Amino acid sequence: MKEPQGISGLKLNEPLLWEKGNKGRRGFSMPRRDVVPSPVDEGITGDGPDFPDLSEVDVVRHYTRLSQWNFGIDTGMYPLGSCTMKYNPKVNEREAALPGFTGAHPMLPIELSQGALELMYQLERYLAEITGMDAVTLQPTAGAHGELTGMLLIRAYHKSRGSSRSKIIVPDTAHGTNPASASLCGFNSVAVQSNEKGIISTEAVASIMDEDTAGIMITNPNTLGLFEENVREVAEIVHSKGGLVYGDGANMNAVMGIVQMGKIGFDVMHLNLHKTFSTPHGGGGPGSGPVCVKNILEPFLPVPRIIKEGGRYLLSNDLPESIGKLQAFYGNFGVMIKACSYIMSMGGEGLKRASQLAVLNANYIKENLKDSLHLPYDRPCMHECVFSDKLQEAEKVTTLDMAKRLMDYGFHPPTIYFPLVVHGAMMIEPTETESKEDIDHFIETLKTIVAEAKKDPDLLKRAPTRPKVRRLDETAAARKPCLAG
Amino acid sequence: MRYLPHTEEDVSSMLQAVGAEDMDDLFSMIPVKCKMKDSLNLPAPLTEWELNAVMDGFSKSMAVSPAYKIFMGAGSYNHYIPESVSYLLGRSEFSTAYTPYQPEISQGTLQAMYEYQTLVTRLLGMEVANASMYDGASALAEALLMAARITKRKKVAISELIHPHYREVVRTYLEPGDYEIVELPRLENGRTDISDLASMDDLAAVAIQSPNFFGCIEDLQAAGETIHEGGALFIASFTEPLAYGLLKNPGCQGADIICGEGQSFGIPQSFGGPGLGMFACRMKHVRDMPGRLVGKTTDLDGKPGFVLTLATREQHIRREKAKSNICTNNSLCALASAMYMASVGGTGIRELSCLNYDKAEYLKRGLREAGFGIPFDSPTFNEFVVEFGNNFKDIYNKLIEQHIIAGLSLTPWYPELSGHYLLCVTETMDREDMDTLIKEVRS
Repeated sequence: MKEPQGISGLKLNEPLLWEKGNKGRRGFSMPRRDVVPSPVDEGITGDGPDFPDLSEVDVVRHYTRLSQWNFGIDTGMYPLGSCTMKYNPKVNEREAALPGFTGAHPMLPIELSQGALELMYQLERYLAEITGMDAVTLQPTAGAHGELTGMLLIRAYHKSRGSSRSKIIVPDTAHGTNPASASLCGFNSVAVQSNEKGIISTEAVASIMDEDTAGIMITNPNTLGLFEENVREVAEIVHSKGGLVYGDGANMNAVMGIVQMGKIGFDVMHLNLHKTFSTPHGGGGPGSGPVCVKNILEPFLPVPRIIKEGGRYLLSNDLPESIGKLQAFYGNFGVMIKACSYIMSMGGEGLKRASQLAVLNANYIKENLKDSLHLPYDRPCMHECVFSDKLQEAEKVTTLDMAKRLMDYGFHPPTIYFPLVVHGAMMIEPTETESKEDIDHFIETLKTIVAEAKKDPDLLKRAPTRPKVRRLDETAAARKPCLAG
Repeated sequence: MRYLPHTEEDVSSMLQAVGAEDMDDLFSMIPVKCKMKDSLNLPAPLTEWELNAVMDGFSKSMAVSPAYKIFMGAGSYNHYIPESVSYLLGRSEFSTAYTPYQPEISQGTLQAMYEYQTLVTRLLGMEVANASMYDGASALAEALLMAARITKRKKVAISELIHPHYREVVRTYLEPGDYEIVELPRLENGRTDISDLASMDDLAAVAIQSPNFFGCIEDLQAAGETIHEGGALFIASFTEPLAYGLLKNPGCQGADIICGEGQSFGIPQSFGGPGLGMFACRMKHVRDMPGRLVGKTTDLDGKPGFVLTLATREQHIRREKAKSNICTNNSLCALASAMYMASVGGTGIRELSCLNYDKAEYLKRGLREAGFGIPFDSPTFNEFVVEFGNNFKDIYNKLIEQHIIAGLSLTPWYPELSGHYLLCVTETMDREDMDTLIKEVRS
C-alpha cells in the first residue's frame, strides 16, 4: 500500500478565547473620533459584554491553530454521502468578495442595484433550465428552508383551490428534514416503504395516495444512490388524485444535463447550491436552497420577485397569492454569486460531464469494494453508494469503527448510519472532483481497514488515534450540557 | 475543465472496471423516457478571466460605500471589518468543511462554535445560545414557534416596531399552524404600546425589538414585567447587536428568548445575505430550542474536546417530531462574528458602540438645528427617524446624483408617516459626510 496520508504532525494547543489576552489589548483599528461625546441616559446603559481583550496577533494565532484541527475538502477527500463535498473553486470566492457585492445595501433604490439583480435573474434562468422548471425563487437560505418553502407552496396551491389536505407522503429513505419541514407546515407525513430494489413502487404509492394527501416528497436519485425508476408513474398516480410532487434536489449532482425533473412529473423542487453548485459549506453553512417550480405554482412564490422590464430589473411585491417572505431580504446573495460563477464556468456540457464523472467515481468505488463490504443493493448506483457493516459482524466491528479508522489514514469518513433503511449504513459520495489516484487510494485504504478488522479489531475500536482528540464522550455531553464557558 | 481531474485514459479504465461501455451506459437504469434529449441550454463556459470581467461589471454597477455615502441601516449595517477577520475566515479548513459530524477532525469548528455561543450569551445576557440560525427574521419566527411549544398556547403578540420584513417572515412561518398574531401599536414617543397586554391572558409570547425599527430604545424591563404577569414568554428581537456594547442587554431586563441579526459583527452586507441569526434562551428551555448546539466534553484519554449535542431535538434524529427543520445553518457567519467580537474586544466594543451613538447624535442634532422634526423623543442608538416633509422626494433623488443616500422612506410600511425617513450613522461615516448631508437637505 502507498504510504498513508494520515501522519502525526505538530499541532499546537490553544486555550479558549477568554483564557487569553489582557485588559487593554485590541485587535481592531478604532476609527478616529471626530465628534464630541453626547450625554446618554443612565437608565438605558449597561456594563457592556464581558469579552476578552486580545491583540490582532492573539486572534490570528488563535484561529489559525483552531483551523489546523479541522478537515476540509482542501485537506483531502471528503466522501460524505448526500452532502456532495466537491471542490469549491477559488475564483468563486474572488467574485463574491468584490466590493460592489459585499458592500451592497439591500434596500437601496433598484436603479443602484442593477448588477446584483441581473446576476440573480440570470441564476434563476440557469436553475430553471437545469431543472426543467418554469420559475425560481432564490430566497430560501438552505435545503431545509427550501423544503419549507416548497411545502408552503403546495399548501397555498391546495388552499387556492378550496381544499385543505392534511397528509404528505415521504419515503422511508428521505432525509430527516423532509418530514420535519412537512410537519412545520401542518402536514402529517405518511411513510412509504421502498421496495426490494431500494426504490418506490407504484403499488405502494397507489395504496396510500388519496384526496386528503397534498403530495409526495421524493429525493431523486434517492439516498441509497438509486434512481427512482418509477418516478413518472408515481407522479401520475399523485397527480390523478390532485396531489403535487416535490423533489428534494440534494442529489441533483448525479443528473445535471441528464434528467430535468420538471419534465418527468415534478412540480416543485429545491436545489442545494452548497452541494451541487460548488459553494463551500462553511462548517455548517451558509447555504442556499433555491426552489424551482412549474407554472401552476408560480403565483405562490415568495416576494419580492425579480422581474425584467424594458432592460431594467425590478423587484415586484405584486403577487397577491404569495406565501410571503422567508428571509429578511432576498436570500443568501453571497452564496448565489459563487453558484452563478460555477455554472458560468462549467457551461451545460461541463455540468453534464461533472454528473457523469460523479456517477463514474461512485460506481468505481462500489465495484471495487463490494467484495470487502456488504452491499445491500447490488445494482448500478448513481453518485453515491451505500454499504453496511454486515460482513464485519463476526468481529464486532461496526461502521463507526471503520469510519473512525479512516481518519487515521487521512480521509474524512463517509456518512454513517444513514439512510435508516440500511442497518449500519456507510454512504459514500466521492463527487466528480476526486481523481482516479485519490479514489484508488481511498479504496485501498478501506480494504486495508477491512483486513485490520479481521486481524486486529481492537485497532479499529481504538481509532482514531492521530487526530487532536480521540473519541469523545457524547453521552456525558448530552447528560450534563456545558454549552458556554 | 480544471475542476475535473479525469483524463480520457482514466475514464476508459474506470468504465472498464465498472463494466460500462461508455458514459451513457452508466445511466442505463434511468428509463429512456426520463432522459433529456437535448443538451442544456446554457451559455458557453467562460474562462477564469472572462468570468472575472463579467463579475467585475456587475459589481461596478452597484452603489456602495465609500463612493456613496449611505445613511441607511434598517437591518443591514455598514461597519468596518478588520482584514484579519476576512483573512482568517478564508482559511479553507474552516470554509470547506461540512457540519462537524465527526468531532475528532472538526475540533476547530467545534471549539470556535462553543466560543461563539459563549460570546453571544455574554453579549445578550443570556444563559445559552445556539450555533446560529439563518438570519434575524427566521430566528424571530422560530422563537415564536418555540414559545408556543413551551406554553402550549397559539396566540402571539408582536410589536409593529419590529422590522417589517421580520414581521412578514413571521407571518409566513406561522400561517400554516393556526396561530393568531396580534400586532402591538406604537406610542407617540416611538416605543411599543404594551397597554393592551393586560387584557390578553392567553398569549404564548410577546416580541419586542430594541432598538426598534425606528431606532428607538424600548423599555424592555417594564415590558418584561407586564408580559410575565400574563404568563407569556418575552422575546427580545434586534437588528443591531452593536447597541449592546453601550445599552443594557435584553437578558438582564427579563427576556426569555433573545434573537436577532448578527450581520453587524464582521459580516459583509452582501445585498442582504448571508447574515447571521443569533438565538439565545434560558437554560430551562434549552430542550425546546431550535438549531445546533456545541457542548464541551472529554475524550477517551480525558482530554477536553467539543461535540454537537442535544441532537434529540433535531430533525435527523426526531424527523417529524423535531423542534425545527433547520439543518444547515450559518456557521461560517457565526465564526466571522466570533472573530469580530474577539478582535474588537470588551473594551473596544464599548468604545465603538459609543462612537456610533455619538455620531448618530451629532447628525440628529444637526438636522434638528436645521429645522427638521425628530418626531420620536425616545433615546436612540445609531438610527433615528427624521421628518423631512412631503416634498423631500425630489431632494432625495437629487442627493442620489451626488452619491448621498439620505435614509430610507418609511412610507411603504407606515403610510401615515409620509415624509418620514429612517437614518443610520455608523463609525464609517465622517463628520464631514454628515455636515454635507445637513447642508444639502437644508438647501
